[in-house]
Amino acid sequence: MTTSATPAVPEATNARIGVITFPGTLDDVDAARAVRYSGAEAVPLWHADADLKRVDAVVVPGGFSYGDYLRAGAIAAQAPVMRSVIEAARGGMPVLGICNGFQILCEAGLLPGVLIRNASLRFICRDQWLRVENTSSVWTARFEPGAEILIPMKNAEGCFVAGEDVLDELEGEGRVLFRYVGDAPTQGNPNGALRDIAGICSADGRIAGLMPHPEHAIDPLTGPTDDGLGLFFSVQDFIGSLQTAGV
Amino acid sequence: MARVAVDVVIKPEILDPQGKAILAALARTGHPGVSSVRQGKHFDLEVDDSVSDDDLEQIAGTLLANPVIETWTVSRLGGNNHHSEPALAAPEAAL
Repeated sequence: MTTSATPAVPEATNARIGVITFPGTLDDVDAARAVRYSGAEAVPLWHADADLKRVDAVVVPGGFSYGDYLRAGAIAAQAPVMRSVIEAARGGMPVLGICNGFQILCEAGLLPGVLIRNASLRFICRDQWLRVENTSSVWTARFEPGAEILIPMKNAEGCFVAGEDVLDELEGEGRVLFRYVGDAPTQGNPNGALRDIAGICSADGRIAGLMPHPEHAIDPLTGPTDDGLGLFFSVQDFIGSLQTAGV
Repeated sequence: MARVAVDVVIKPEILDPQGKAILAALARTGHPGVSSVRQGKHFDLEVDDSVSDDDLEQIAGTLLANPVIETWTVSRLGGNNHHSEPALAAPEAAL
């Protein structure tokens, strides 16, 4: 298998990318580091504060917000900062949900479907191969079509579920962003996710969510690859194009 | 004040790995006659008169349950005739 070509560092875009911290969030520090590493400014956002601080995009990072009480992401989806994120996202602001962040975006209604307990009932922690199925979204445009990437995955509730009609719509509109690939038992679909779906996006490609962790794969020193950088470069390309266009 | 019970269950067509694990445990512990287990959630709410049936439906359908995977029932339990249930006898203690 081959990874995508390592993207070149983009021109400085002065992009401001918010990273939310909820009680129980774990990966905000790595997400902020990935934002900075890719050349943008990381702006801390707080769950109880509705102020988005004029950010150009938001990353909802992983962890166990509110202890996964009720359902993973259900309480966080009602937090003051998420009300602002939902409003801004509906106005076109790019949003990326990673792991618990993906669960939160689904619970908030920004993405369809829901993440349920892994079919094995086990917490699964491993480096995971994914195929980038859509390379025209705001968060994946830097990847080459058909690119296969290796990034860490760690969750107990990563099994993507949606109605057949929703799944057909996602497939038909090219909104399946990432799919699990490779051969069992060490690769392939780890959790029973329907149609091997690891990540999806909104119809306009601006709101994206995935269970594996691109922010943990930005430097071969600390991750399996630097494949995760592609998402952070992609959104900066998009923000830069808006700035160039004077939007 | 009124007591309300909300029961949330996973839709029949949605995989319930926890229910399957419980079913397997029942078979191991001498209950092979049980053919299906679906795990759900039960909520006891104490509400005042301002909370309408529509409000309760909204509470259940937007927060307590996720309509993508779950169905729910809302039952008003009435006044003081539920002392037999320890969990309801002193709800303030849970706060």
